Order: sequence, then C-alpha cells, then structure tokens
Amino acid sequence: MFNYTFQWRQAFQKLPLLLDGALVTLQIALLSMAMGIALAVLLAVARNSKSRWATGPATVWVEVARNTPALFQIYMAHFGLGSFGIHLSPYVALLAGITFNNAGYLAETFRGALRAIPGTQMRAARSLGMPPVQAFRLVVMPQMFRIAFLPTTNQMVWAILMTSLGVTVGMNTDLAGITQDINVRSFRTFEIFALAAVIYYLIAKAVTLGARLMASRLFRY
Amino acid sequence: MFDTAMTLNDLLFLMKGAGMTLAVTFFAVIGGTALGLLFGVIRAQLNPWAVLPLTFVLDVFRSVPLLIQLVLANAFQSIAGLQLPPFATSCIVLALYTSAYCTEIVRGAIDAVPSVTRRAARSLGLTWGQDMRFVVFPMALRVALPSWIGLTLGVMKDSALVLWLGLIELLRSGQILVTRLQEPMFILLVVGAIYFLMSFPIARLGGQLEKRWREND
Repeated sequence: MFNYTFQWRQAFQKLPLLLDGALVTLQIALLSMAMGIALAVLLAVARNSKSRWATGPATVWVEVARNTPALFQIYMAHFGLGSFGIHLSPYVALLAGITFNNAGYLAETFRGALRAIPGTQMRAARSLGMPPVQAFRLVVMPQMFRIAFLPTTNQMVWAILMTSLGVTVGMNTDLAGITQDINVRSFRTFEIFALAAVIYYLIAKAVTLGARLMASRLFRY
Repeated sequence: MFDTAMTLNDLLFLMKGAGMTLAVTFFAVIGGTALGLLFGVIRAQLNPWAVLPLTFVLDVFRSVPLLIQLVLANAFQSIAGLQLPPFATSCIVLALYTSAYCTEIVRGAIDAVPSVTRRAARSLGLTWGQDMRFVVFPMALRVALPSWIGLTLGVMKDSALVLWLGLIELLRSGQILVTRLQEPMFILLVVGAIYFLMSFPIARLGGQLEKRWREND
C-alpha cells in the first residue's frame, strides 16, 4: 500500500495555469447566470400566464431542464445540434447547456417567489397608472429577487460546479479542462486534481460569502 | 430524422445502460441515506463546535464538482493499491456525496420539530432514544421526505458523471450508439426521454406529497 511518491511541486508549478482556468470557469458561470436569470424571469411569467401558448413551452423547458442530467443537456448542445449542421464549440455548448439548466431551475424559484407576493401589489401599481410591464419591473420584480436571493446564490454555486462538465465535450480552457490537460501530460492525476478541488472549493466559498455580504447590504430594511 | 437505423437491440442496449444508472443510484442512495441519518442526528444534537470537522468535510463534498471527486477517488484508490473496480469507486463517491446533502435534510427536519414537543416527551419519562423514535422521527419524516425524493432524483441525474470512470451507464451507452449510427439528435432524444421517464413521475409524486402534507399542517 502507498507505493507512490507524491509530487506536489509539479502540481504547484502549474498553479498560474490553473488560476487562469479558474477565471474562465468564473466567467462561464457568471454569463450563464446572467442569461439564466433573464430567461427564468420570462419563463416564470410565462408559466403564470393564462395563455396556453405561453405556459406550454415554458413548462416543457422547466420540466426537461429539471428532469434530465446537466451533462445530457450539454451533450445535446454539443453533439445533438450536430444533426442539424449546427456545430457549437465546447465553450458555447457548455455555456448553452448550463444556461438552459439554470433557467429551468431558477424559473421554479422565481415562480415560487412570485406566488409569495400579494396580488394587491400589482393591482395597486396598476391603479396608480403604471402600465403592466412597468408595474412588474418596478414593483413586483424587486420583491421577487429579494425573496429568491438565497436560492439564486445556491444556483450560482451549482453553475460553478457544472462548468467542470465541459471537459467531457473537449473544453480545455476552464479549470477542469486545464486540469485534465495537465493530467494527460504529466500523469500526476491525484496531485493536480487535488489542487483543482481546493480552487473549486475556494471559489464556491468566496461566492457564498460574497452573496451573504451583498444580502446584508442590500436587504437592510 | 424519423428514418433511423436504430434497432430494437440498440434500444435494449440503452435499457442496460439505464439499469447501470439505476444500480449506481440505488447503492449511492442507500449508503448516502444511512450515513446522512447518522451525521444529521449528530449535527442536530451535538454542539456545533464539537462537530466542526464533520461539518467542514461534508461542506467540501458539496463545494467540489462531482467529476473532480470521482477522478480524485479513482486516483487515490489506485495509489493506495485498493484495486477497487470503477463501479465500487463510483458508488462510494456518490454515496458520500449523497450523504453530505442528506445530512442537511435530516438536520433541518430534526430542527423543525419544536423543542417544547421534545421537552414534553422527555418530561413524560421517555428516554432520548424513545423521544427520537416515537416523537422526532414521525414529525421529521414529513419535513424530510419531499426533499429526500428530490435528492434521490438529483443523484440519479448526477450519476451520469460516472461515465468518466468508464462505466457504461445510460448516457455513455447513448454516446456509444451515436458513434456507431451517427444520429446524435435522435439517439440523445431517446436517452433524454428515458431519463425523463425515470425522473418526472417521481418528481411529481414528491411535489404532491409536499403539497398534501403542507395542507394538513
């Protein structure tokens, strides 16, 4: 047992490369969250509407996103769309897959938050003369984000963890991709992946902590 | 797209993959729930400072991507010369991963039982064990079960990642068919449909259970 010499120095020498990858990881996660939130608001509104043409597609999106693996969704973007002659690069496929997933989960969160806001808020805003879109944007939406803040930050951590799936479709610029790249060259699997795990952990903690600070500043009243 | 070269045999191959997915999920959830119950009770009952190491380790399992955990565990088992097959490694990693989430569910459910109820039970002469079994367990179960169902489904979906260790589960068997038949969209749709059918009915059941139990509160 343990007939193995750990070569930690080799892993630490690659630290700058890994940190570059961490930036790409963070970038993908932030982009996918921004687009996911925008789509999720639309989906949540669509699911609450009375028109079947709106609820149908929105429900399909949400249920597919929530009932299939994230990896499957990324495969669909990368390999599946190839059937139609659309060839996405690993970066775009990964981003599309995670955005699809984020939007599905966040839509449910936002829908729950919308339900918690009294309908009188909307009616009061409307009777003050606001058009529907303005009333939603200025009165309902801020309250919705406030209620959904904590689940949204959880989703952000999920998005960061999901970016690691890109390596399965050939992504080689994010943290997991670079780690795998170094791994296949040096065969120091344990050392390099342990270092990557520490970086992922620190990123996740930083996001959680940052969100908590933000919440205490934003929601003081 | 509707004219496919996929045969019944290929569908059977996918079903075998789905069987592998279910097998991994089964062992992971059994192991994870057992550990989660144990850790959850420990975390709910003992001083938070005393169980800080446990809290930290479980937090790591939730903050590091599962793919990285799988690769690390696989590398570690070969370093340690354990000679575990990939199936066992996958099940162990997924079980630990499940236990980290299950602990939070169990702890939350135990905390949701009002402390006055528990004190009343103890002052009636029930021992700690009896209090746990006859008072806390039935009340906590209603809080925990819907989340636990969600966790089980989550683990089933996350189990797709074990393909990285070479296990031929549902998604991987789909990928193998894609390489052979060159119809990625159609085959992936079939794979997605199988996942959906395994997950959606149970998700619905969980949602209904949650709603019904909330109404009766």
